[in-house]
Amino acid sequence: MIWNPNKECMSRDEMSALQGKRLHKIVEYVYHNVPFYRNKLQEMDIRPDDIQTIEDIKKLPFTTKKDLRDNYPFGLQAAPQSEIIRVHASSGTTGNPTIVGYTRKDIGVWSECMARCLTAYGITRDDTFSVAYGYGLFTGGLGAHYGVEHLGASVIPAGTGNTEKHLKLIRDLGITGIACTPSYALYLAETMDKLGITKDQIKLRAGAFGAEPWTESMRKEIESRLGLKGYNLYGLSEIMGPCVSYECQEQNGSHICEDHFYPEIINPVTLENLPNGQSGELVFTTLTKEGMPLLRYRTRDLCSLMTGQCNCGRTSIRMGRIEGRSDDMLIIRGINVFPSQVESVVLSMPEFAPRYMLVVDRVNNLDTLQVQVELRQEFFTATFDTPAAIDELEKKLAAKLKSVLSISAKVQLKAPGTIERSQGKSAHIIDKRNL
Amino acid sequence: MKQLSIFIENKRGTLLAVLDALKEAGIQIIASTISDTQDFGIYRIICDDPERAFIVLREQSISATLTDVFAIQLEDKPGEAARVLSLFAEADISIAYMYSFLLSGKGILVFRTSDTDRTRQVIKEKSLQEFCS
Repeated sequence: MIWNPNKECMSRDEMSALQGKRLHKIVEYVYHNVPFYRNKLQEMDIRPDDIQTIEDIKKLPFTTKKDLRDNYPFGLQAAPQSEIIRVHASSGTTGNPTIVGYTRKDIGVWSECMARCLTAYGITRDDTFSVAYGYGLFTGGLGAHYGVEHLGASVIPAGTGNTEKHLKLIRDLGITGIACTPSYALYLAETMDKLGITKDQIKLRAGAFGAEPWTESMRKEIESRLGLKGYNLYGLSEIMGPCVSYECQEQNGSHICEDHFYPEIINPVTLENLPNGQSGELVFTTLTKEGMPLLRYRTRDLCSLMTGQCNCGRTSIRMGRIEGRSDDMLIIRGINVFPSQVESVVLSMPEFAPRYMLVVDRVNNLDTLQVQVELRQEFFTATFDTPAAIDELEKKLAAKLKSVLSISAKVQLKAPGTIERSQGKSAHIIDKRNL
Repeated sequence: MKQLSIFIENKRGTLLAVLDALKEAGIQIIASTISDTQDFGIYRIICDDPERAFIVLREQSISATLTDVFAIQLEDKPGEAARVLSLFAEADISIAYMYSFLLSGKGILVFRTSDTDRTRQVIKEKSLQEFCS
């Protein structure tokens, strides 16, 4: 089934023409409403009228996470505050979160695109659908929620946590669809085993999984243990939230809502566009967004694009699985974590040496984060000759980490000089998750 | 008296590295105890030359510190430790940690308290005998 065949099955020529028209409009819009973009375009001697076709996008400047940070909180917002009806925030690298404001129309587009995703997963208004993403500043919960309502299915706003009650509802209400992180899906399966609920007792048929990287083998495991078909759901808050791309029944790449989000693949070093099929950094331009439109936003996600009509009938361009990151961002329990965030916390406490190691693992299908630090020799004084005093120091660091990272980390103290001095960014990370 | 406190990471070989360093320097350990948690421990040592041991360990990049603790000499008979501790309890002094050992037929009680000055006062008033290494 296809939610919006007019857009999802549009001929390539028509799509390009629509994208060109919308691109011109959005460039004109940001030129007049966002000083950041106006200055950038003027520096490059580009006027909105220079942008007429979608091919002209290559003339435009890129936008990075740093630009969002430098313009915190509302510097890149194009719509007046009176038009903003919702604000989400995602974690930032130096304490400042990324703030994204949405107009009523933006929320409408988001719901529309999310309904396309759900329909591709086989969800209809006859389904009961549970949203088990976090509700709140994170875009996952509310984003999926509005999509399910827009589609007309019954939404169960389960959120995360209270897994046993959630499973009871899945069984007793005959819930047929679920949206959550893939690791939470596996955690559900574990909890089912523990409670003695078998997959024959539940009616889950389709799962929309995203917000963190996952593998084909995880998909197979989730599908066999929950008895459903698992589909990829991709999105990022800077661009919109979950809904940017989705798998169909073919499960062969994720269809991009390219009438709203125009994708490019670039070489992250030379910034040159790469031909379809080649792996590189994914870049999105929001073609219709009013709240915070972004030109050529560098997602840092590495993947490739696929063209050609899909067997499902959709003509939209597809993106392959995310193969990695062009920066050192980690996604832990769906939350973006940058080693630099940990660094800023460690450096703020003189008791610790300016060295650290992040150890990420997956225990019982839940991501764990351990931060290893060294207590400086000169701070190991008579005050610290009891474990309780050192525990206190560990707790202080753990609390600071939690407030900056939004997830809890276990602090482990190492003897001085035992953590390797970093030679590059990735030297700070040991990721044992085997993704 | 001076006690050597050493931060020990909970990893095989760490304790041995400390003992090797002390052996090389010819330091005689009189008593020792480890206070441990899951990740690390504090190794406390009474030895014949704590100042030199401290320098030796620092040179090996081992986290160590000198701590002032009290060491009281007792008769080696039942009830002695209780008798001494009750004196501190009466004076409203708490014990942070404590361990004991036997040396030449005498019991030695090593401890750190919440209030060093008042502890010293109690020791003087009650004529408790301090142990010197």
